[in-house]
Amino acid sequence: MPTRSHTLVVQVEDHPGVLNRVMSLFRQRGFNVDSVAVGHAEAPGISRMTFVISGDDKIVEQVTKQLYKLLEVIKVNDVTGENTIQRELALIKVNANDRTRADIMRIATDIFRARFVDASPDSLTLEVTGPSDKIESLLTMIRPYGIKEVARTGLVAMTRGGGTGTLSIVRDAVA
Amino acid sequence: MTATAKAASAPPIAEAEPAAKAEASAKPNIGARVLCQALEREGVEVIFGYPGGAVIPLYDVLPEFGINHVLVRHEQGAGHAADGYARATGRVGVCLATSGPGATNLVTPIATAMLDSIPLVAITGQVPQAVIGSDAFQEIDITGITLPITKHNFLVRRVEDIGPTVQKAFHLASTGRPGPVLIDIPKDVLLAKGELAPLRPIELAGYKPTYTPHRRQIKLAAQELRNARRPVILAGHGIILSGAMDALRELAERAQIPVGLTLLGIGGFPQAHRLCLGMVGMHGFAHANRAIHEADFVLGVGMRFDDRVTGKLSEFAPNARIVHIDIDPAELGKNVPTVVPIVGDARQGLQMLAAEIEPLEHDEWLAEIDEWRRVPPYRLSRPSRTLQPQYVMERLHHLTAGNAIVTTDVGQHQMWAAQFYRCDTPRNWISSGGLGTMGFGVPAALGAALGRPGEDVWAVVGDGGVQMTLFEFATIVQQRCRVKTAIINNGYLGMVRQWQQFFHDSNYSETLISGPDFVMLGTAYGMASRRVERREEVDEAIRWAQAIDGPALIEFVVGQEENVFPMIPSGASFKDLIEEGV
Ligand SMILES: Cc1ncc(C[n+]2csc(CCOP(=O)(O)OP(=O)(O)O)c2C)c(N)n1
Ligand SMILES: [Mg+2]
Repeated sequence: MPTRSHTLVVQVEDHPGVLNRVMSLFRQRGFNVDSVAVGHAEAPGISRMTFVISGDDKIVEQVTKQLYKLLEVIKVNDVTGENTIQRELALIKVNANDRTRADIMRIATDIFRARFVDASPDSLTLEVTGPSDKIESLLTMIRPYGIKEVARTGLVAMTRGGGTGTLSIVRDAVA
Repeated sequence: MTATAKAASAPPIAEAEPAAKAEASAKPNIGARVLCQALEREGVEVIFGYPGGAVIPLYDVLPEFGINHVLVRHEQGAGHAADGYARATGRVGVCLATSGPGATNLVTPIATAMLDSIPLVAITGQVPQAVIGSDAFQEIDITGITLPITKHNFLVRRVEDIGPTVQKAFHLASTGRPGPVLIDIPKDVLLAKGELAPLRPIELAGYKPTYTPHRRQIKLAAQELRNARRPVILAGHGIILSGAMDALRELAERAQIPVGLTLLGIGGFPQAHRLCLGMVGMHGFAHANRAIHEADFVLGVGMRFDDRVTGKLSEFAPNARIVHIDIDPAELGKNVPTVVPIVGDARQGLQMLAAEIEPLEHDEWLAEIDEWRRVPPYRLSRPSRTLQPQYVMERLHHLTAGNAIVTTDVGQHQMWAAQFYRCDTPRNWISSGGLGTMGFGVPAALGAALGRPGEDVWAVVGDGGVQMTLFEFATIVQQRCRVKTAIINNGYLGMVRQWQQFFHDSNYSETLISGPDFVMLGTAYGMASRRVERREEVDEAIRWAQAIDGPALIEFVVGQEENVFPMIPSGASFKDLIEEGV
């Protein structure tokens, strides 16, 4: 089975230690996590975790089922390849001088719609949001100027349209 | 077995101990009492435990309650005893330890219970909350440590949470796929004033086990079964956990399907039944493994296609379409691809399938299996100058009429017991399967004996493993349990030695093991003890032990280099099966 990147949206009860339980499960079973983003969801007491994991479909199915075995896990959505909005935010500090500043600003704003949030005589800090591959491309483009620092939030995702997401695997359904 | 049923059968607190109760209510109610009240409400009769600083408040009030506390000699013993109690009775086993080293000593039994899906509630003391995180004396993060080996665990932070947490813990331990649940309680919570919260409906948004299988899946399974010419059922521990013995028999007989048993499935189907294949897997019978190898349909039920059952996955049941019933959806499709996965309770699944299917015949297939079966798995008549452990197991089966509860340790003796003590009764076969925990046999026997007083419990143990937990002999003697310990003494860590013989050119590195004089040791603990070295003495010795109203010990000195046959090497397939005489 081919390995590809999957985006899982996991809704959990917001109890102490729940992130630890989820991460412990990934570690124990050898599932690879590429990115994690955690924050509050629409309902009080519910956190939303977005994981990007790589693996074949069988591994993702096993991850999903094992996640459901954790008491605090309420819902797991595999939103990969669905009609979803995927966004990540990155702060990037890049070397800049009088000679390069204009070029960097052009690349960042015209192509990637990044915003400048700070500047100093020898650097520029920009903020960019978008799907992860957009951030990757921006990084590739400005790498020649010398990147000093990168901070990325990890990916968050949401399905398009009026629905609240479809369950790819429901607890009591057949696999 | 639900929390409500247990609560209903629990003695009303006020009537059980009127004097103690009155005395208790005179004192301010504190967390320790709330905990005991909550345990009583769950119907707890026995706790296996060991005191220490963090749980002194609990021990202070425990005598006020109608709970029998069994003081073990090591917390590992408490955990395995609670496990043995649970396996023998079907009720939740409870063990108790102090913080720090007391708690870490429970790790092996908790893991043992996790791997074998045993309903266990482990209660540990914790340092006061004010010092949690400061590396205080005997502080250890036991909820962190047991995260991957519990079904769930709790750290109780407020006295008012004790009641609901205990209620949830028992519910989680005993429903769905059972498993161990740990409750860690800081000392200040045990000392805080509070009252037991009334029982409330349990609300666990993320926990809704599916008991009733989907009709459509059952219909698909029935269709697969109809198409099969060479069907086999593989029955596991789930049969016993869900009480599916009758349902299994009903389906097997109705559709004429032979039944293989996993190590923990033993007791789920009568072994003398024509349809019974006996144990399958690494040390399963050759005809049983062959039947799976040649099958065109395998129904796995209440089992998880563990590697000790399947061997090399790519060559397991190569011609079979596999249907799998299990209450844990994560087991479906985990190890083997299934054509029909069915989430649900084993009993309900089997009942629904039996109702769906018309009577079937598989005469040719059964005759073929009977032909393979004619090669006896082991020739007891084989001349031997030394005592044969297989013979001991066979005589034990005969003389107990197969009615005793048998616990085992881990190793060759465990496999001989599985093969030759042909246990037919659910909850009479108690063995550590998934974790393979040496040291399990003796404390598990203690727990089984307390759960089913008056019945004989035979602890079949090796000379190696018994030395890991033999201190519980003291507890067994103190409790006057009818535990008969049969030490199968081959002078070796026999199972490892066998692997060394077969796969490492007989390089018996560090497997020759000495022990004490077991008869003197048993006597020192206050047990009637004797040694048996010859075949002629076996029957008489077993009868002697049976006649003793209390514990007894027999050391069977057996041939040193006996092997367990047949054997499928680890990671190999049925085609690599090693028979006796190789
Ligand atoms: C706690 C633990 N340590 C090590 C092992 C590995 N092991 C499996 S069987 C075995 C030998 C057991 O020897 P003994 O108790 O004498 O039983 P025998 O095989 O000789 O019947 C060992 C060391 C284990 N299963 N459990
Ligand atoms: Mg031995």
